Amino acid sequence: MSDSTHIHTKSRISFRLNGKLVAADSYPMDRLLDVLRVEFGLTGTKEGCGEGECGSCSVLMNGMLVNSCLVPVLQAENADILTIEGLAADSHLHQLQQAFLDCGGAQCGICTPGMILAAYHLLSKNSQPTMQQIRDGLAGNLCRCTGYTQIFEAVAEAARRKKTV
Amino acid sequence: MRANPADYELVAPGNLPAVLSLLAKEPRAWLPIAGGTDVMVAYAAGKLPARKLVSIWNLPELRRIEVLPTEIQIGGACTYTDLQAHEVIRHEFPLLSLTASWTGGIANQNRGTIGGNIANASPAGDSLPPLLAYEADLLLVSVRGQRRVPYKSFHVDYRKTQLRPDELIQAVCVARRFSDYYAYARKVGTRNAQAIAKVSLAVLGLVNDGVIEDIRLAMGSVASIPLRLAETERILKGKRIGPEVVQSAIRSVTTEIRPIDDIRSTARYRTAVAGNLVAEFLQRLSATGTKA
Amino acid sequence: MKNGDIVGASVPRKEGHDKVTGQSRYVDDMVLPGMLHGATVRSRIPRGKVKKITFGPGIDWQEFVIVSAKDIPGKNCIALIEEDQPCLAEDMVNHPEEPLLLLAHPDRHLLPTAVEAVSVEYEALPAIFTIEESERHSEIIWGSDNTFKTILIEKGDVDSVWEKAHHIVEAEYTTGAQEQLYIENNGMIASFDKQSGLTVWGSLQCPYYVHKALMKLCGLPADRVRVIQMETGGAFGGKEDYPSMIAAHAALLAIKSGKPVKIVYDRLEDMVATTKRHPSRTRHRTAISKDGKILGGEIEFTIDGGAYETLSPVVLSRGAIHAAGPYYWPNIRIRAKAVATNAPPHGAFRGFGAPQSLFALERHVDRIAQAVQLSPVEIRRRNFLKPGQTTSTGQIVREQIDLGKLLDQALELSDYHAKKEKFASENPQSSNKKGLGIAAFLHGAGFTGSGERYLASQVGVEISEDGRARVLVSSTEFGQGTKTVLSQIAAEALGIEYDDVETTQADTHEVPNSGPTVASRTVMVVGKLVQSAAIGIKQRLTSSGLLGDSYSPAEFRAACRAYVATRGQLRSLAQYEPPDGVVWDDEKYRGAAYAAFSWAVYVAEVTVDLTTYSVSVDDFVAVQEVGKVLNPVLARGQVIGGVAQAIGFALFEKVIWENGRMQNGQMTNYIMPTSADLPPIRVYFEELGNPHGAYGAKGIGEMPMDGPAPAIVNAVQDALGVSFDSVPLLPEDIFEALSAAPPLETLSSAKEDR
Repeated sequence: MSDSTHIHTKSRISFRLNGKLVAADSYPMDRLLDVLRVEFGLTGTKEGCGEGECGSCSVLMNGMLVNSCLVPVLQAENADILTIEGLAADSHLHQLQQAFLDCGGAQCGICTPGMILAAYHLLSKNSQPTMQQIRDGLAGNLCRCTGYTQIFEAVAEAARRKKTV
Repeated sequence: MRANPADYELVAPGNLPAVLSLLAKEPRAWLPIAGGTDVMVAYAAGKLPARKLVSIWNLPELRRIEVLPTEIQIGGACTYTDLQAHEVIRHEFPLLSLTASWTGGIANQNRGTIGGNIANASPAGDSLPPLLAYEADLLLVSVRGQRRVPYKSFHVDYRKTQLRPDELIQAVCVARRFSDYYAYARKVGTRNAQAIAKVSLAVLGLVNDGVIEDIRLAMGSVASIPLRLAETERILKGKRIGPEVVQSAIRSVTTEIRPIDDIRSTARYRTAVAGNLVAEFLQRLSATGTKA
Repeated sequence: MKNGDIVGASVPRKEGHDKVTGQSRYVDDMVLPGMLHGATVRSRIPRGKVKKITFGPGIDWQEFVIVSAKDIPGKNCIALIEEDQPCLAEDMVNHPEEPLLLLAHPDRHLLPTAVEAVSVEYEALPAIFTIEESERHSEIIWGSDNTFKTILIEKGDVDSVWEKAHHIVEAEYTTGAQEQLYIENNGMIASFDKQSGLTVWGSLQCPYYVHKALMKLCGLPADRVRVIQMETGGAFGGKEDYPSMIAAHAALLAIKSGKPVKIVYDRLEDMVATTKRHPSRTRHRTAISKDGKILGGEIEFTIDGGAYETLSPVVLSRGAIHAAGPYYWPNIRIRAKAVATNAPPHGAFRGFGAPQSLFALERHVDRIAQAVQLSPVEIRRRNFLKPGQTTSTGQIVREQIDLGKLLDQALELSDYHAKKEKFASENPQSSNKKGLGIAAFLHGAGFTGSGERYLASQVGVEISEDGRARVLVSSTEFGQGTKTVLSQIAAEALGIEYDDVETTQADTHEVPNSGPTVASRTVMVVGKLVQSAAIGIKQRLTSSGLLGDSYSPAEFRAACRAYVATRGQLRSLAQYEPPDGVVWDDEKYRGAAYAAFSWAVYVAEVTVDLTTYSVSVDDFVAVQEVGKVLNPVLARGQVIGGVAQAIGFALFEKVIWENGRMQNGQMTNYIMPTSADLPPIRVYFEELGNPHGAYGAKGIGEMPMDGPAPAIVNAVQDALGVSFDSVPLLPEDIFEALSAAPPLETLSSAKEDR
């Protein structure tokens, strides 16, 4: 909890990061994006625009997809944060990650972590989305390389694989 | 990222009385920040004048939806996702749930709040025309207590509202009497998703036997504030929908609105589209009768 | 190992695992000990003399490293084709956002305020912002006449065709600037020490371009400059030449401070200060015979290069050569020029001049169709190039391409005829008008003319003692699949497993110069060299008796072990040799412009919503002949991605200029298509092979950019009966045109039976 009698100082802000309890030593207005990348060295979350338009900085906060470039780290206090690094269990890829590989969902890869988390979020709310629902669910993540089609196919494929398991 | 975090203070007292007390203690010194989808953009661009911020994100007193017999009270810190998820809002106030789905992508809907949309007071705010159409009231709260103001007089000028420096929007109150109305909203953006509105329309209409019994027409991005088109409503009330009525409505719309040229569009385009949207609504209204 | 098991298969992307787990390292992910952050002080005016620079109060300037042009050890230029572009402006600025000074500090958060605190006084000079203003010559801002380059292409006797013409069709077409909008902004890290010299790491397409520029700037010899490409988050040409500038800046700060320096742009800086697609103006005047055949024509093609030459001559070249499209012109004169304006220099963007001139051409062909009362289908069919005929530069079409058949395919796949009828009957009653549009085009792969010869690309393949291969190329991966496809080629050629081949990260200390990663040349030209180098390895092993003519992967590994144990390094180099019969005259601009052309017909189906005047693309069919598809998933991904960018070019992406500066430099206001704005994009490949490309492949990376804009605008014309000759075509433009035109009910869309 930030001590409001001392301005312009850092303080300890704790939260769960990929399942582990951590404490950031940050200014309260440090962006969650920067805390993840710089303090914790988790560079999988990317900055594409700094204005909440591209979704490359997407993470899950308490199970909700958010743009981490728009979250002051103080507001993440005591939250549960999931980044792309937290998705794969041990050395096994998450189904979504494997589907992205199989379906050509990643080209340059810079939008990929945010895109996969958005898809993960979508599937957590709707395990068998229609193509339109996939399109709408990922509309906040911009990709300049793929034209989206093979991304959506990857998400649909991941859903299909989960169903047949 | 053009701001230096070391120059800013952000506190999160965690309850409404503490926040209000802070706002009262140092008037105009503290900027409330809810989901940050507007404030953090200005901050990162190096364009946020405020240096002290107080978080109202997830304040329990502000993030709740109360369904009362005659009205619904939507807490100011309710997110667009909260609005879309709520049964009563979806069924009785479809303009609110629909416009909530238009603002940004899922990630921004999870963080952006209705109170933020109102307080930010951009004439392009997606949720604002529906509030005009529903004739919402705002519950404003400060250490001095609560006051209720009609939303229609809340916006004074471009990005200027009646909100006092030590006040927060506690809730948006909407009367539960619009279920029978035909509801129509359309946003014309620069693209189909994640776009700022170039023109938007939110309308409620009640038609009986082909005659317009009641009509509430609100538009965004056509003036310095969200606009209720009172003159056009007057022309339409009590009339039977037909080609002449539609034409006179379009003419009236074009005189009531005051759109500008800006980075996204032109005044001429906005004027034409505003008229077209009203015409489209009237066609739908006459085709479908009284209910959406 | 069977042929075709690897090449032709959708093998997994080499670096895909790291991309989907977030482990890939892009330049901003790297931190070096003691690293400083850098920022750039830029001009706020479009043109003027620098009078005074003041470092404002409130900043402890002692804490900052400050670099100006005076600190440049070598020549103050970004060496490319010319050396006219300064690295840092000194006495004059010639465009808004031109770099003047560099600052560095350990705390990146202090830089924006410091940059703002530097004030520059100018004596402003009149500036020019359009092609027309440049042509007027009332202000000369570059050279003696504002002209970077002119090209003249002539064939036959154009002046004689006008009197024979049954129709003469004349029109002007324009295209606007377009921002590449790679999702990863430009960035570089530089480090310098007296022993090893200068090393830079960054987001880039062409390590050896950066290498050459840094040598000149820093006065360092080749072996004391090292350029290492990091994972690059999209490029599209936007990282072809600009990285040399940002690398130069990081290098100067590193040299002065003795510390590593990282410069990473934010979105606003990247958009306003770096390169964009050249705006263009094309004027067509065409003579048509009674039966709708092109007798000849004049094309005037002009591009706006911005304030310095950079790549404009090459963009001009490609645009001029493609201006005649896939048609037979018995007589033609193409006058092309690249002119200067006071805008940040424009640069490479997928297609590189061809999307601009082909937009004009394919719009013009539809205009011709209307004038002669033939359908868009028929006019094309009657004029398509046939094998044995010559292009505008006199190149003989040697392959058995049947463009009519490609057209038929595209029409069938898009259900063109049935839909045309349906729309024609339904449109009058509907407030939404639907239409279909066609674009036919070609795209030359590889460098133009003698370019490949001049590049003299080299590649290496090296085998370790356990039989694993490394492909050594300066070709970079930035999403298009370089590493994957080159590894496929090497694996196939060597007869080993795909998993036993890797394509190294491009590092100028480690790899030979295989040329820049541009011009759709990587698979075709560089891939063929990889194939040759791999065959060289096999020959080495067989001629030393260690390997038979056919062998298993295990036998290959054993042979390599034996070779390396006794002979040492097993490495084969291959160098580009121009193929026979590909002869080009640079003076007359005649001959074989490209070793291979890909051919395509695209069809767009649109709806114009008359309530909002917006165009939605409902369906898109892309049929192209590409020689050979080496990786189906990657190839399809390239076409869909390119079409999506081209839809942006056509309908959404407008750069708003004011006094030479981009006003909408944020993602909120520069509108790129989201998933909700794109149709299903259906991709089909034909394969005719290519003797000059690896395993028969031609280039495909850029061609998808050429067709969609004219196909879409043709479709809008079909829907509305109104002609549009400019992109981007925004709803506001459609509204203005319709309010000037007579009411739609009295117009009819172009029908086939008229």
